[in-house]
Amino acid sequence: MSLPLFVGLDLGASRTKVAVVDRAGVLIGHAVKKSGTDFPATAAYCLDASLEMAGATRNDIARAVSTGYGRGTVTFITDKNKSEIGCIAKGCHHYFPGAITIIDIGAQDNKIIKLNTVGGRSSFKMNRKCAAGTGSFLEEMSYRLDITLEEMNDLARQSENIIKLGSYCTVFSATEVLENIRHGKKITDIVKGIFYSVIKRVLEMDSLTEQVVMTGGVVAHNRYIVTMTEEMIARPVLLPEFPQLAGAIGAALYAMDQKETAEISESEDSETELI
Amino acid sequence: MAEEKKTRKKIQATDQMNRLMADYFYDLDAAAKSDNRKVAWCTSVGPAELLRALGFAVHFPENHAAMLGATRTSTDLIPEANAIGYSPDICSYLTADIGAYLKGFTPLAKAYPGIESVPRPDVLVYNTNQCRDVQDWFAWYSKELGVPALGITSPKNVNEVTEAHISDVAKQIEALVPTLEEIAGTKLDMERLKEVVSLSRDCTELWKKVLETATASPAPLSFFDGTIHMGPAVVLRGTAEAVDYYKLLLAELEQRIAEGVGAVDGESVRIYWEGMPVWGRLRQHSELFSGFHATVIASTYCSSWIFPAFDGNDPIRSMAKAYLELFIVRSDDYKGGYIKEMLEKFHIDGIIYHDAKTCPYNSNNRYGMPQRIEAETGIPSLVISGDLNDLRCISDEQTKTNIEAFIEQLEEGK
Repeated sequence: MSLPLFVGLDLGASRTKVAVVDRAGVLIGHAVKKSGTDFPATAAYCLDASLEMAGATRNDIARAVSTGYGRGTVTFITDKNKSEIGCIAKGCHHYFPGAITIIDIGAQDNKIIKLNTVGGRSSFKMNRKCAAGTGSFLEEMSYRLDITLEEMNDLARQSENIIKLGSYCTVFSATEVLENIRHGKKITDIVKGIFYSVIKRVLEMDSLTEQVVMTGGVVAHNRYIVTMTEEMIARPVLLPEFPQLAGAIGAALYAMDQKETAEISESEDSETELI
Repeated sequence: MAEEKKTRKKIQATDQMNRLMADYFYDLDAAAKSDNRKVAWCTSVGPAELLRALGFAVHFPENHAAMLGATRTSTDLIPEANAIGYSPDICSYLTADIGAYLKGFTPLAKAYPGIESVPRPDVLVYNTNQCRDVQDWFAWYSKELGVPALGITSPKNVNEVTEAHISDVAKQIEALVPTLEEIAGTKLDMERLKEVVSLSRDCTELWKKVLETATASPAPLSFFDGTIHMGPAVVLRGTAEAVDYYKLLLAELEQRIAEGVGAVDGESVRIYWEGMPVWGRLRQHSELFSGFHATVIASTYCSSWIFPAFDGNDPIRSMAKAYLELFIVRSDDYKGGYIKEMLEKFHIDGIIYHDAKTCPYNSNNRYGMPQRIEAETGIPSLVISGDLNDLRCISDEQTKTNIEAFIEQLEEGK
């Protein structure tokens, strides 16, 4: 470990992720916890767990950057934040320098982010205000089928005859799933169909023009979705070691980037008048 | 990216505009309550010039619907219209306005003490140049209030406005005259019509100059300022008051340019807005952008009240031409060319398309436009999901994340 340390906090709608990197940008500590209702408390828990893993203390932190939906709630550690799209991009570019197309599947959002050879963003797309293709969709299906999210991956892998869902509405899809259960279809085939639906919704968002990298909690816990994606796009997909931490690692790297931190800390305001 | 707390800079002329708008609404109310004056409801790019020339006090339901949106009351009213069969997927101006009527509500009552309701119409006059919804909207009121609804059926997706198009619409305008004369109780005075059309032309030229002050860097007004200050251009087209107001506003903005004052301090990114505003989020969006030193400086929406064709010497044909040349009437080829010209004229860094759930006609992202324009100009684009009036269709966090990431992208690309 080479001090000082830099911290990234990704306060997602479902999970809070914290990453600690040393001055060389090496990941030395990390933690993930359900965000719950008290974002600062969850972030503090993850921060201390990450530091413990790194064998360090809060005194070793030089700078921190937050991201994600709850990014504005962690003023106890930092008031500097970046968009999650920027952080995911930076985290991925760190591991996969070169032109890449990132597919990030989170609990609430899907994103397709395109980076050029130097890591600059050329475009990004987020899902519409709809749960189709997100982790929330899988959570809803898990509830409907009365199987845990953890079980879904292995069930899908055992499928021999995928059952595709026609609708992109979560509620309609749930009805389709129930209909298939009523008709005696195999759970393994239904779960694979659910995975297929997630991937289809994401692939509809944008074209995949470069080497594809996948990130986010959904692929972190359901690696079979990566395999299925590779089959569907007929191309190999790269995966960072910790797909769920891409945003947190990107935030930590922003914290490490002096120039970037200086830029984002500018906060001079001038007198304006309210209308 | 750290977002700074920013507020909108006040345009001094706003006070005068507020007085002007108050006078307009009180006059409408007085006309509705009088025995000898007549009230016409008109779509925003309907034949308002003709109605004014005939002496009607003119109410614009779209303006009223935008007020419902801006006061964030529309979302509670829309379900009232949904319940009587008007889908949540159709125009949320229509559903909010009809919902307000059904609940006996108007934001005018709070803003202007003494006004209790929208002015009761004697006639409803539409032009479908914007969409079919305006005709359905007025048809409902026609039946409900027992007043005639008449109007102009315009062509759609027009590439080049031809003499044949103009003749068609001009004949439809002429055909309205006898009925409107009968309701107004007066004959159309062509000299008065020429005068009104000339005033509309003067108004439009000044409004164009107002919007074009934003070609300066920093831009002295933003899209969000424009959505407020377009009020007189919408409801007082064809009056001397509107003309005088825009002279005042233009002088103030030119003064800002001379002093190097921008609508946003430290303007670093210049954005074009394609589509409707989100009326219930004007302040929030304005502060969101300015917090990132970004200015939304120009839009198709505010520019849609520029009508270069108005000509007092040829009032009816020029009205027809003006109503037809409207952006929303035109083909995607025309629209693409128009947007590209605007991007160049206003030195735009990025374009945001607002995909309004209930307004397909003003959501120009649905047929590949963003991809085409980005490929041709290299100017990055972003599509945000939302709506003009139905806040149920909006995710503020998603909007914020998208806009923040887009501005980061634009800054990185500089």
